Amino acid sequence: MRESIKDKVAIVGMGCTQFGERWDADVEDLIKEASLEALEDARVEIKDIQAGWVGTGRGSQLVATGPTSAIIASSALQTQNIPFTRVENLCASGQEAIRAAAFGVASKCYDLVLAIGVEKLKDTGFGGLGEQYPGKWEPLYGAFGTPPGRFAMAATAYFAKYGLSQEEGKRVLAEISVKSHYYGARNPKSHLKREITVEDAVNAPMIAWPLGLYDCCGVTDGASAAVIVPAEEAKNYRHDYVTIKGFAIATGTGWGKENEGYDFTYSAETEAGARMAYAEAGIKDPRKELDMVELHDCFSIAELFNTESLFLCEHGKFREEFTEKRAYYHDGEMPVNISGGLKSFGHPIGASGGREIYEIYKQIQGKAEEPSRQIKNVQLGLAHNQGGHPGRFVPGIAIIGAP
Amino acid sequence: MAGIVSYGVYIPIYRLSGESLNQVWGGATKGEKAIANVDEDSLTMGVEAARDCLKGIEKTSVDAVYFASTTPPYKEKQSASIMAAALDLREDIITADFTDSLRSGTIALKMALDAVKAGSAKKVLVVASDCRIPPPNSDFEPLLGDGAAAFLIGGDGAAVEVEGSYYLTSEFLDVWRLEYDKITRTWEDRFIREEGYVPYFQRAVSNLLKSHNLSPKDFAKAALYAADARTHRDMARRLGLDAKTQVQDPLFGKVGNTGTAFAPMTLVGALEEAKPGDRILLANYGDGADAHVLRVTEEIEKLKDSKSLTRNLESKLMLDNYGKYIKFRELMEFEHTPIIEPRTALPELWRHRKLYYRFHGVKCKKCGRVQVPVPKFCIYCQAEAEFLEEVPLSDKKGTLVTFSMDERAWVADPPNVLAAVALEGGGRFFSQMTDRDVNSLKVGMPMELTFRRIRDALGVHNYFWKCRPARV
Repeated sequence: MRESIKDKVAIVGMGCTQFGERWDADVEDLIKEASLEALEDARVEIKDIQAGWVGTGRGSQLVATGPTSAIIASSALQTQNIPFTRVENLCASGQEAIRAAAFGVASKCYDLVLAIGVEKLKDTGFGGLGEQYPGKWEPLYGAFGTPPGRFAMAATAYFAKYGLSQEEGKRVLAEISVKSHYYGARNPKSHLKREITVEDAVNAPMIAWPLGLYDCCGVTDGASAAVIVPAEEAKNYRHDYVTIKGFAIATGTGWGKENEGYDFTYSAETEAGARMAYAEAGIKDPRKELDMVELHDCFSIAELFNTESLFLCEHGKFREEFTEKRAYYHDGEMPVNISGGLKSFGHPIGASGGREIYEIYKQIQGKAEEPSRQIKNVQLGLAHNQGGHPGRFVPGIAIIGAP
Repeated sequence: MAGIVSYGVYIPIYRLSGESLNQVWGGATKGEKAIANVDEDSLTMGVEAARDCLKGIEKTSVDAVYFASTTPPYKEKQSASIMAAALDLREDIITADFTDSLRSGTIALKMALDAVKAGSAKKVLVVASDCRIPPPNSDFEPLLGDGAAAFLIGGDGAAVEVEGSYYLTSEFLDVWRLEYDKITRTWEDRFIREEGYVPYFQRAVSNLLKSHNLSPKDFAKAALYAADARTHRDMARRLGLDAKTQVQDPLFGKVGNTGTAFAPMTLVGALEEAKPGDRILLANYGDGADAHVLRVTEEIEKLKDSKSLTRNLESKLMLDNYGKYIKFRELMEFEHTPIIEPRTALPELWRHRKLYYRFHGVKCKKCGRVQVPVPKFCIYCQAEAEFLEEVPLSDKKGTLVTFSMDERAWVADPPNVLAAVALEGGGRFFSQMTDRDVNSLKVGMPMELTFRRIRDALGVHNYFWKCRPARV
């Protein structure tokens, strides 16, 4: 790395749509809704945007995403022939858009850019994401897996490695989901707003053994957006802006499932990305220095192993830290997913990366919509946005904080 | 003398009980029958029987593969060629499908023996397999089962010598399928028995015995084709065989009438119990009849350990209900899904044919690690592709590293079980698990590999390997 991005660019406005089954909105409606909130927040107008990036995950595989070039964004906002680019990196596409936008500003080519993340999943006619590789892996290879099927392999492996019985393991995962639903119920923009109990989660219908219904995030529509400017100009827009402290995308080798060195109980890619991002941000002890973490909990087991892989706890010690020391609640030592996480927001692929950063941005500004969810004195937060599945991850990690 | 050098057999793991038929259609069917899994067909079952047959045999010694079945997966496109690839045999061999007749297996046997005698082939693999679909709620339905048998025919070291054969052909029409028929058609059973089966079968056997100066009591065992148990008992009596000692159990009520594979499977059953010097009568029926005098040699002792038929019979899972069977054989129209249709890319299949059919992985000559599928660089030490040496992996045993059971995957038989399997000698296969009892899966359990039909797309039957809990 030639130079750290630390404090070079600032976020001065953010937007996030209502997440949910948005029967009322197509992909352009979602883009417009998030972008206008972000622009208004930054007190700028569409004509002020010099360049834009839009992250969306599903590409042309599902008709519901519509045209998949960045024209979905320029068309929705009627920007007039400015550079707009679509980026894609599986479920990390949202953070990729912000990363690309930040580099655009850091390169000194632009003064004000817009990063958008969006996904319209609920026009397909079925739950879940469908199968992703209709050409190659499926139907030829046969080991096609839905996301729950793939993440459940991590749960089986984690339980076996750390000696948790099926009941014990399910209970730890249930408590993660109970936490997410609790905070989601206190977040107006979340998709799922009903609190649940451990019993609800443990006894829920099986989706992919050992993961039940409440171990899986929702299938949701949504969008998020961020206005990014050079850090030295940020105060012209607002006093409570945030700056980027570190960025990492650790694109894995893709061969973990076939690699005898990988045991499915952690994310080697997240560990590598975390090391990069912590180095860039100058963080030595993340658990002490970070005030909050929004991590990619597409499944309860993902929250468990990503907490460990971000070095917020030792491998195999999650249960102790979480259920015994209660470290990961809003008033705990290391608040994790106090937004309600993907669990209660659902996971519109491209939208989640920006949505996580939106939460940290608002928390730093002291603007969590529900006071009960506000974490005290947030200065530094980490957003972890993960594409892929155990053995084949591409996680994005962004560290943002008060200047 | 030319004969059988080795034999193998395969019975699919699923059984459908007579009770589950009675629940749907009424009646008092007893016992059970073997049913191919949703990812099996005559070709994959044939591969299983052939793999059993070729255990301990040098694969490069096989000069020809004859596949006999009335249910080959393609009407145009040879199955034996796919089988030869799945068995990882040489490419400079002859492959042929023998089809359309329930006697295809014993006809192929004759062709194989003749090739060996003529010296045009040293070893010929003959595989008989069938997966016929009876009309639901018919007399046929409780009878037909699925299975396969295989014989390696050779000149030297035969465990069973074929001393003589007698063949009859007949245009008699009794069981048939038209070009687009999915289920079998037939005529009144009395007519078939009295005008077709009994006269032709008896004639073949008596002419054979006459020409060899043998009488029924000269045989230790008889492996006889018959459409059902009653006809089978009746034929044994007509031939003057002692039902208790001389007649090999045809496995009605356990496996069922497996069509082309029926007489060959019954012969395997007889061979599993045979002693050197035993004489065995094999007789088959369909478009005529044929009968054979077989003589067991000392070499049979070397094949004694296999007991594949016994093991296959014991290793079973009961199908939950008739509905599952209907789904396996696609006998009803089911809900259409809005999910995108999978597509096959034939160039992809061809590029990686050594993976898909032969299940070759690679071993890195720099770090020694085994990898499958084949990466562009070593996934352990990033060595260039030139250091990656091809290695066959389909015969490897393994252990289960981790798994999940996906209830929501778009598969015909949920849950879709995903598995990571550590292969003996290195390598890890990320795969779909089949033939599994979902209540007994455990990390660390022994696994093995099996060649299966993955999913049809764009009219292409896609075959690849899966893992399954080790049978027996």
